[in-house]
Amino acid sequence: MLEFIQQMVNGLSLGAIYALIALGYTMVYGIIKLINFAHGDIMMVGAFVGFFSLTLFGANIIVAMLVAMLVCAVLGVVIEKIAYRPLRNSTRIAALITAIGVSLFLEYITIFILGPTQKVFPASAFVVKAYDIAGLSILNKDVFVIVLAVVLMLILQYIIKRTKTGKAMRAVSLDQEAAVLMGISVDKTISITFAIGSALAAAAGVMYGIYYSTVNPLMGIVPGLKAFVAAVLGGIGIVPGAMVGGFVMGLLETIVSGYGNSLYRDAVAFGVLILILLIKPTGLFGKDSGDKV
Amino acid sequence: MQTLKENWGKYLVEVVILAALFTLVQYGITTRLLNQYYEITLTSMCINIILSVSLSLINGFTGQLSLGHAGFMAVGAYASVIMTNMLGYPFVLGLLAACLVAGLAGFIIGVPTLRLKGDYLAIATLAFGEIIRVILMNIDYVNGPAGILGITKMTTWGWLFGLTLLTIVVIVNLINSSYGRAIISVREDEVAAELMGINTTKYKVLAFVIGAMFAGLAGALYAHFFYIIKPETFNFLKSFDILVMVVLGGLGSTTGAIIAAIFITVLTAALQSFPAIRMILYALILIIVMIYRPQGLMGNKELSRQTFSRIWGGRK
Repeated sequence: MLEFIQQMVNGLSLGAIYALIALGYTMVYGIIKLINFAHGDIMMVGAFVGFFSLTLFGANIIVAMLVAMLVCAVLGVVIEKIAYRPLRNSTRIAALITAIGVSLFLEYITIFILGPTQKVFPASAFVVKAYDIAGLSILNKDVFVIVLAVVLMLILQYIIKRTKTGKAMRAVSLDQEAAVLMGISVDKTISITFAIGSALAAAAGVMYGIYYSTVNPLMGIVPGLKAFVAAVLGGIGIVPGAMVGGFVMGLLETIVSGYGNSLYRDAVAFGVLILILLIKPTGLFGKDSGDKV
Repeated sequence: MQTLKENWGKYLVEVVILAALFTLVQYGITTRLLNQYYEITLTSMCINIILSVSLSLINGFTGQLSLGHAGFMAVGAYASVIMTNMLGYPFVLGLLAACLVAGLAGFIIGVPTLRLKGDYLAIATLAFGEIIRVILMNIDYVNGPAGILGITKMTTWGWLFGLTLLTIVVIVNLINSSYGRAIISVREDEVAAELMGINTTKYKVLAFVIGAMFAGLAGALYAHFFYIIKPETFNFLKSFDILVMVVLGGLGSTTGAIIAAIFITVLTAALQSFPAIRMILYALILIIVMIYRPQGLMGNKELSRQTFSRIWGGRK
């Protein structure tokens, strides 16, 4: 039992990271119906920006995370402007193929500049300590990741529910044409959505760096796909769904690698995806709109 | 027999050109005029053509975006190697097994997933492709992640040339048949096709299975040329490679797929020592083609004799 709870704690922090990435997927999908394949790679860029802020400029971990979020917010907006905006009225397949292109571009431009080898996240940036609580070994990095992720999610909920920008985002995702008629700038709202989503991914990237203590140019692919599964699981386009989906995926993954075969870890994520797509493509929190299958 | 005779006459020019091409390359290989570098490039070219033409049937003609083509290639590669290397059957049976098992995998995956549309289908096929890879990594019989080493080289230029030609002929004939018209109607408007009494699911699965079979064939040819296969070779980046060819060539053009496959192979060979640059170029091709020419280089047009006679100002 104790071991099970221990696994749960590990799963929660991993889940928090997935949830943060899944939020970006779900927000972008909600607003322009695009599976932003490059989202995992934005997370990777965030991790590298964090890494260089720590090693080159000696920033502390919070500052590094803020810098990464800022850089990635700008990156997200630029990607949307250059690659996705010209395709807004074309087919979703064309947009998806472009997103795959952007994803490959970010991965290999990073390999081209920095080389393919992985870099060790500086241990001094975040000194890992273990606390012994009621027989459980709780790592401070787990607590840090979970608390920070929850804070970011609360801020996001506040932005979406209570601010004018959030209202505009909800309006555009509901009905773009009607939103335009109400005087909402669709372009600006979509840009803001990309900025927020990418910033969250960057925060997740830095957390991922702390969690696994290495960064490499292809690190975004697998967590990106898993976060996508999380977003679909929760119901893509639905913000609370992505949070729940992320945590479920994190827990599932630690359970499978803890009790089963860790080589099957990735297959489980994809298996979950296929099951949801076949049984309830709108996800756990989705309402049946009947247009997906 | 009448039609066959007529057809021979009609395609005489093509047959002569192809026979000349085959003999020339065969001569080059036997006399070692073409060194190993060219042999590898030519082999990759043929394999890429098979992959690209077969994916073009699914993505281009049926309009169902599949991102799991490398998975079927993996199934074919492993099935054939098990037949030839491990069980000792002749190469022909290995090739047949590759087609059958990959086709079966295509059927098993296609039936449930082809109910999905658009981007959901794309992601589901990507997931299945990855699941195939992970399963192969966990089978001890085929050495798991280490893969199979020391496969006997059986893929000769004759096999490559013949099977590439066979792939093209089968798929082109399929597209030009009544099956093909049904398949294209699914792409153009699924609802309308259904209203015309076309069993859209059947044709989608048919195209998917045939595409998968040829991907399996390509996998078998690959395995018996490059000595080694491992699950990692067939990850989704390989699927993206094939996607680049189809997108560049034009969604719905077999000649486009062939030209793009040749172009991409040459590009890959030229940039062999700069893999990062190659992938950056792939990425840019995908983005730029989608923004400026979403129908691809050829669109849904085919390069045919008429095109050549038009170019050379000849009369038809």
